[in-house]
Amino acid sequence: MRNVFFFILIAALLAGCEREQPRMPAEGKAAEPAYGGTIIQGSIGEPSNLIPALASDSASSDIVGLVYNGLVRYDKNMELEGDLAESWEITEGGRVITFHLRQGVTWHDGAPFTSADVMFTYELMIDPQTPTAYAERYQKVARAEAPDAYTFRVTYDEPLATALVSWALAIHPRHLLEGEKVTESPLARRPIGTGPYTFVAWKTGEKVVLEANPDYFEGRPYIGRVIYRIIPDSSTMFLELQAGGLDQMGLTPLQYARQTDTSVFKRKFNKYRYPAFAYTYLGFNQRRPMFQDKRVRQALAYAIDKQELIDGVLLGLGQTATGPYKPGTWPYNPDVKRYPYNPQRAKELLADAGWSDSNGDGILDKAGKPFAFHILTNQGNDQRVKSGEIIQRRFKDIGIDVQLRVIEWASFLKEFVNPGNFDAIIMGWTIPPDPDAFNVWHSSKTGAGQLNFINYKNDEVDELLERGRRTLDQQERKTYYRRFQEILAEEQPYVFLFVPDALPVVAARFRGIEPAPAGISYNFIRWWVPAGEQKYKH
Amino acid sequence: MLRYLAKRFLMMIPLLLGITLISFVVIHLAPGEPTDLQTELNPEASADLKERLRAQYDLDKPLLVQYGTWLGRLVKLDFGDSFSQDRRPVMDKIAERLPITIAINVASIILILGVAGPIGILSAVRQNSFFDRATTVFVFIGFATPSFWLALLLMDFLGVRYGLFPISGITSMDYEYLSLPGRIWDIIHHLMLPVFVSAFGGLAGFSRYMRSNMLEVVRQDYILTARAKGLGERAVIYKHALRNALLPVITILGLSVPTLIGGSVIFETIFAIPGMGKMFYDSVMMRDYPAIMGVLVIGAVLTLVGNLLADLGYAMADPRIRNR
Repeated sequence: MRNVFFFILIAALLAGCEREQPRMPAEGKAAEPAYGGTIIQGSIGEPSNLIPALASDSASSDIVGLVYNGLVRYDKNMELEGDLAESWEITEGGRVITFHLRQGVTWHDGAPFTSADVMFTYELMIDPQTPTAYAERYQKVARAEAPDAYTFRVTYDEPLATALVSWALAIHPRHLLEGEKVTESPLARRPIGTGPYTFVAWKTGEKVVLEANPDYFEGRPYIGRVIYRIIPDSSTMFLELQAGGLDQMGLTPLQYARQTDTSVFKRKFNKYRYPAFAYTYLGFNQRRPMFQDKRVRQALAYAIDKQELIDGVLLGLGQTATGPYKPGTWPYNPDVKRYPYNPQRAKELLADAGWSDSNGDGILDKAGKPFAFHILTNQGNDQRVKSGEIIQRRFKDIGIDVQLRVIEWASFLKEFVNPGNFDAIIMGWTIPPDPDAFNVWHSSKTGAGQLNFINYKNDEVDELLERGRRTLDQQERKTYYRRFQEILAEEQPYVFLFVPDALPVVAARFRGIEPAPAGISYNFIRWWVPAGEQKYKH
Repeated sequence: MLRYLAKRFLMMIPLLLGITLISFVVIHLAPGEPTDLQTELNPEASADLKERLRAQYDLDKPLLVQYGTWLGRLVKLDFGDSFSQDRRPVMDKIAERLPITIAINVASIILILGVAGPIGILSAVRQNSFFDRATTVFVFIGFATPSFWLALLLMDFLGVRYGLFPISGITSMDYEYLSLPGRIWDIIHHLMLPVFVSAFGGLAGFSRYMRSNMLEVVRQDYILTARAKGLGERAVIYKHALRNALLPVITILGLSVPTLIGGSVIFETIFAIPGMGKMFYDSVMMRDYPAIMGVLVIGAVLTLVGNLLADLGYAMADPRIRNR
């Protein structure tokens, strides 16, 4: 997934519900948690920059997530809890948030953490000189103040549902960055935070090494060292895992289903499986006349066998998507219109819309024009290309001539997606924990380079999205977003294809891993290795 | 000779300017910009932010102005700062990755010369023998084998199954705790498979080249003369023929100077080696213009220098060229 590009602040965003119980070796049950040991994790990409404000790639964010803290964070059930903030109050109808900060927290260099650091981070984010992709949400703050060393208060002009989440932002050290040019700061390669792990070394292209912070405010993490090994090829990564050179990685469906069923592998590793926070879709460009008829879009939805896609592309390791939210989370609406595979119904709907094969060439036509279009997707994502091929065949079955074009990422965005120059497109979005989908679905976001690139416009959706982001009450928001999903399901501007499963694997010597809706990484500092099984002790 | 050298050096300047100008224009023609990585498909990034980021990188200025600024820095031997999010000087990024790439390429060239040279000579001397045919088949298998496939097979077989070699990277996880000889062995151990894989594909070209050169030379009159005056076969082949057959090798060595820093995306990716090939590939994918230009300029300079060295080498080895 290219979700580097749609990355939403929280690093360890692996979430979902547990499906497969980890097999705990019997001797592990009795053992007491022990300090020490090393975990080696695989990373496809090299981190770019370890200053959180400047990093937007997932490799950097994974590391930053262990070195820095935000004011709030998501807990195992994807509810917000305090991190550097001990508590907070939301007052004046949701316009004012007052954070009460933890006392006695220190930076890794020993300096005390105070509200001045939070204030500095806020100023850093809105400074036009800071090249951060996340400035906009902090520009909505009307006033920020730090009345004392352990209180921080922000005031907004109007209530904003995503305001609290935005303070999961990593807090930067004022004493090291103030008066410096942030782009030239040595922290980019030697981060100093407040988090559970301190930075040790970064060897370009090889690895980043972190060490447990003994003074961490939630207690010293059990695992002594974390090493991120940079291995750009996923086959190599898998071989390294089998050879013992890696302890944790994400598996591909093929590796999960076909290559890890040996008894040796099962003894040495625990596999986990839960829905990822992401979905893949087929989007129709509403600027094209052929897609403006709702019946045509519905027909295309009926013509796709989603289960076939999941079986063929994900080897069954996923579930059908019905809308832009993850099944099982609070905004998700299970009671929307579904489109089971039904080519007959698809043909009827197309006939209603005026498409018939009048010249007998096997391709539907209307007013002398054949029903033919291109599906575009980006290079480098095998799942999307395979989905496209299967969909192409299914559309052919009902008399639609589809060509699939696979295009290099930068050109794909620049030449086709941004100017809205495509018929249909296969892409994916990550699903943020907050349901606010204003930027993707609101009719004001249809301009060049904006995210509603399929040009979807619906007045009711606009209103629901506006209300949803201005309301803090979850029950009330739920009604808005449920209705929003009903409309999308009826209108089918996207055919929501599938939600893939995240498939992490961890060496069996690591204990204390408890899969939860938030995935497995949320309690990383409580993972441990029995003293007798620790590797790389020096 | 000195005048010749001076002339060659002066000729290199406009050539280099031409190369950089064309490269600069071509890489800017490709769709996409370095700022896209941060702002595209990011629901948080506003249009205003995109403009601001572009201005920070000078991308809002006309292309020729950007080229002028870049050239002005190049004269001071400054490649500028990378456009990727780390914004480090391009020089540092290249310097960090250059040693390992040069080490692997030098080792692999030595291996190719050491193996392909004798194979070529022996095939030529015993033309159409069993040895000739067998090595021909062998080197062409090497030529036709996709390196990534061979690499994965070797990793799975020798690395995972038998545990003889480390699979990827250039050092072990406990490298910091090893003694100096231990560290040197650790690195050599890690480089064995990559060097073998990168050399394997190159055997065919060089050994065939060596063979045909040798065949050419043994047909010459002076070899006939050497045999006629009663020299032993060994002296004829290794003294008279080989020296002449090796001349074109100088050209190959000259041409391989730029490839020394090139590296290969494929095997660097597979073996997780932090080398130049991977860096160049990533830079292109991220449209990191200064880094791309930095690598291209170094490559261009080395190509020109390599050609010059090859010409000089010829002149030294062959009196006929020297006296012309």
